[in-house]
Amino acid sequence: MKKSGVGTYVGFVAIIVWCLLPVAWIISLSFKSLAETTTGSPQFLPKNPTLDNYKVLLGMTSDKSSSHDFLAALRNSFGISLIATVLAVLIATLAAYAIARLEFKGKRLVLSMALAIAMFPVVALVGPLFDMWRTFHLFNTWPGLIIPYMTFTLPLAIWTLSAFFREIPWEMEQAAQVDGATSWQAFRKVIVPLAAPGVFTAAILTFFFAWNEFVLAISLTSTTGARTVPAQMSFFVGPDPFNPPYSQLATAAVIVTVPVIIIVLLFQRKIVAGLTSGAVKG
Amino acid sequence: VSTTVATPATAADPSKKVVASDRSVAENRLGRRLVAPAVILMLLVTAYPMLEALYLSLFRYRLTTPDDKGFVGLGNYVTILSDSLFWTDTLNTVIIMIVTVAVELVIGFAFAMVMHRIIFARGAMRTSILIPYGIITVVSAFAWQFTFSINNGWVNSWFGWLPGISDTTNWYGDHWHAMFAIMVSEIWKTTPFMALLLLAGLSQISEDMIEAAKVDGATASQRLFKVILPNMRAAIMVAVLFRALDAFRIFDNIFIMTKGAQNTASSSFLTYRQAIEQFQLGMGSALSVLLFLTVLLLAYLIVKFFRVDLAQARGEG
Repeated sequence: MKKSGVGTYVGFVAIIVWCLLPVAWIISLSFKSLAETTTGSPQFLPKNPTLDNYKVLLGMTSDKSSSHDFLAALRNSFGISLIATVLAVLIATLAAYAIARLEFKGKRLVLSMALAIAMFPVVALVGPLFDMWRTFHLFNTWPGLIIPYMTFTLPLAIWTLSAFFREIPWEMEQAAQVDGATSWQAFRKVIVPLAAPGVFTAAILTFFFAWNEFVLAISLTSTTGARTVPAQMSFFVGPDPFNPPYSQLATAAVIVTVPVIIIVLLFQRKIVAGLTSGAVKG
Repeated sequence: VSTTVATPATAADPSKKVVASDRSVAENRLGRRLVAPAVILMLLVTAYPMLEALYLSLFRYRLTTPDDKGFVGLGNYVTILSDSLFWTDTLNTVIIMIVTVAVELVIGFAFAMVMHRIIFARGAMRTSILIPYGIITVVSAFAWQFTFSINNGWVNSWFGWLPGISDTTNWYGDHWHAMFAIMVSEIWKTTPFMALLLLAGLSQISEDMIEAAKVDGATASQRLFKVILPNMRAAIMVAVLFRALDAFRIFDNIFIMTKGAQNTASSSFLTYRQAIEQFQLGMGSALSVLLFLTVLLLAYLIVKFFRVDLAQARGEG
């Protein structure tokens, strides 16, 4: 017996405002001209909306200095996040399958280890990793970020996937074989479609982590060769360090938020299922 | 149709009962092989560097003067623990952790109640709540930094009617104002996660039980405190554990919003600054070890104090 009272309507509006106001704010800021924010512009909406910031950052003007760095960072972010996601999900799928379906010694140990790493203070590793990566020539390279990103997303991926895999009716594989399917057919036509949603959810959560990561991104890179967008943004201060280019930073912020919003719009149900799968029964 | 032949022999021979069956030996081996890549990777990237940090923490070692490297025993730890900066930053971190988690718990629970009851626009609600979760922390930090900015922010003009806020309020001018701004960004970004975990807990409670309490004459607040909250204990504890340890590692917001100015540095920020910005690998490693131990202690305390059983919470029982 559910009903939506007045309180629920008020709550609904409150949640929407809470979640979207800061996003609306950076979008509004991104349409303010650089001159407007430099002189100070405390009102919410831009006085004279302009697309100049987008043109500058996306390389549509003659001055390519900002766009060059930003687009390189965007490329690094996409490449590093996607590769780390694919590899982490692959490794996590193997482990989660074992955890969900097989009885073996050390299963609890693996789960505890994953949990410990999920809570690990990443910043505690930057010193030693910085030192090691310089020795192995991984400093300021894509693999230098991909390897730790894979590691730190494994716990979440294993956790989510094993919760999903436990729900799969595995008997259906044998049922298909009894009905005359080969092992490969049974796997491809029965198991893969059942497991795919879980794998996909784990991939989304992993991608979010890698896309968001900041501590390692600023510690293990030094140039636009491997620097991701969050790191690049944090070092993008413009000519006057005491007066950062607010509107250009907001524009960069809007551009990197677009993929997040697209993913959320398309897959909101899956993300919620993935986030809560490890936390409560069912 | 291939494997159902081998069992009668073992069943007939009682002496073989103690030995694990071929099947379980094989299963054991396969299980270990499948988890091996994950385990090896996790050990290589966390355990090994952590041991390296433990080793380096015993040395005077600065990258700018590598020839000056020398064994100092526990010297680095003594230096750190007797420095007030370490304690200030730890205190900041603890304050941020306690305040943000407490506020998030309350707001998150309110959000979860709304999402639980709502019967319209559920998709729109889910989409908006996931945006702060998915957005990059650095972006959230910039958005809030600009919000509180004295020249370009809207806080001073919108909330000027509140006591203590005027056009000239400088949010980055003193410790508590800056801490407030940092905490707002942290709370905004992570409340959705809390709300979703609590919503999952809330949806586990049977409506019948709440109805029964209502029929028995329980008031709304009695239903909340005597029926709903006790039955959500596991979900609340898991949410608190995850968020508290996450909040303790706060770094991005501080790096972007204040760079540690006005004494707003956190433990993570201090560690980063020593190891990366000042190339003090010895001192930085000692801080890493201390940070690691603190997180471990914190996790232990939360698990013991609140009796969180994660295995039970996820149905591994």
